[in-house]
Amino acid sequence: MKFQKERNNKSNIEEGIVKKVLFVMALTAITSLGLIAFFIFNEGMPFMIDYGIADFIFGTEWDPSNQVYGIFPMIVGSVIATLLAILIGAPIGIAVAVYLVEIAPPKVARIIRPAITLMEGIPSVIIGLFGMVVMLDVIRRLARGPLSEYLPAGYQTGYSVLAGAIILAIMILPTIISISADSIRAVPNEYKEAALALGSSKWQTIYKVVVPAAKSGVLAAVILGVGRAIGETMAIIMVVGNTVQIPEAGWEGIFAPVRTLTGNIALEMGYAGPEHRQALFATGIILFIFIIIINSITLVLRKKED
Amino acid sequence: MINQEERNVKIAVEQLDFFYGQTHALNSISLDIKENEVFALIGPSGCGKSTFLRTLNRMNDLIPKTRVKGSVQIGGQDIYDPDVDVVQLRKSIGMVFQKPNPFPISIFDNVSYGPRAHGLKNKKELMGIVEESLRQAALWDEVKDRLNDNAMSLSGGQQQRLCIARVAAIKPEVILMDEPTSALDPGSTTKVEALINELKQNYTVVIVTHNMEQAARISDKTAFFLNGYVVETDETNQLFTNPKEKQTKDYITGKFG
Repeated sequence: MKFQKERNNKSNIEEGIVKKVLFVMALTAITSLGLIAFFIFNEGMPFMIDYGIADFIFGTEWDPSNQVYGIFPMIVGSVIATLLAILIGAPIGIAVAVYLVEIAPPKVARIIRPAITLMEGIPSVIIGLFGMVVMLDVIRRLARGPLSEYLPAGYQTGYSVLAGAIILAIMILPTIISISADSIRAVPNEYKEAALALGSSKWQTIYKVVVPAAKSGVLAAVILGVGRAIGETMAIIMVVGNTVQIPEAGWEGIFAPVRTLTGNIALEMGYAGPEHRQALFATGIILFIFIIIINSITLVLRKKED
Repeated sequence: MINQEERNVKIAVEQLDFFYGQTHALNSISLDIKENEVFALIGPSGCGKSTFLRTLNRMNDLIPKTRVKGSVQIGGQDIYDPDVDVVQLRKSIGMVFQKPNPFPISIFDNVSYGPRAHGLKNKKELMGIVEESLRQAALWDEVKDRLNDNAMSLSGGQQQRLCIARVAAIKPEVILMDEPTSALDPGSTTKVEALINELKQNYTVVIVTHNMEQAARISDKTAFFLNGYVVETDETNQLFTNPKEKQTKDYITGKFG
């Protein structure tokens, strides 16, 4: 018969080989993820259990030379820096996405789009340099000038969670812009036509129909931004001051220097002794769990969209 | 029935040309459409009937590189005058599209979208408009108990009637319909056609249709479009039983199309 499978047909063999090679490659990616997770947990988990999980997570003192390892200030630092970054970055990012897709003339869009891609590719250390030179100066002037009577001396150096948040906001912008722009672009044209034909202005159409219809994608973009912000290390070390402390409650707190989970690991790993090292791995576990939670939320949202 | 001649002209189109870039899509169209009349536009695909419909509420403005020449007067006002506010214009010229396109929000929010966009906030008034519009669209009895359900949960025919209710809610003077039943099953089509017959009590209806039987059933006047020209305009009965032009005759007898 003509349609019978030919066992030794050349293209069939090729097909089989290609399939296997691709499978091995896919496996490599997953294996490395598995290995990373395994090593972090393997190194950090026994320490965390020995030390006491609650003491480790909620302990407010970090003093490795006296075997005191409480990472709560770092958790607070990471969370505040990330939330502030989202507060600053999300509205701007969504606005840029809306502008890019719905309003910008094609000529302008042709300039903005590659600029955003380029922005995504700027090494974080460069953005950190910008932060150190420009932003710290501005914040320092503000903290030592008009705000000096309200801020404790330690909050007037410019190194602050605010500086970190602004840097993070800049870094997550490309992610938020490109993903929200994709989902705004995917809003069916029929919705827009319907809204315009009902006599709504362009702006009403955007904020009452287009953005709500793209809601889940925009939300996913913001959450991915959260993931990126919480994991960012280099740039934030350069501007955030890295002091282990929980900022005062109130607006003054944003001028406090803090340390993030990522910063904690990167700053101390170089000289850490064995137990200290395990404590840093345990810090990594906490970070890892944060990222897993954030990614799961994104996955759920994406699924909802389909 | 009111005598055709006694009605006022609602839409007066004179020497209208329309271009997509270099393509000359409409050639010196001149038509008068009267108040409370159902005016059908028929013709083969690509003949310009939808393009013409979309010049009446300036939806073509949304397409880049398009150009209009000539005049379209609605209620005595030239809608292509530079002083015309397109948003205001579209408030008085409603449009129903080929594919039902309710917003993915509740039934209530769909119908109240227009009035809200135009600044109405009072809940009670909105509710009144929603009920009135849904009744006009013959949908009230089917949805009155689930106004908060997502509009996407309705059937295709119901969705299209919802779109008609959404248009009725802005209380337009003219309703444009672009093949409103081509995506619907026969049962829903019958309902929408009956609805159009009702709508002409209050509105001027301009409807593009592919379906000549439909044009014959529901319209008072028909214009036959071909290659961007209007070949013939007449009372619907006349046009279908006694066409003056050979091309019209060939089209309605199915020689091409």
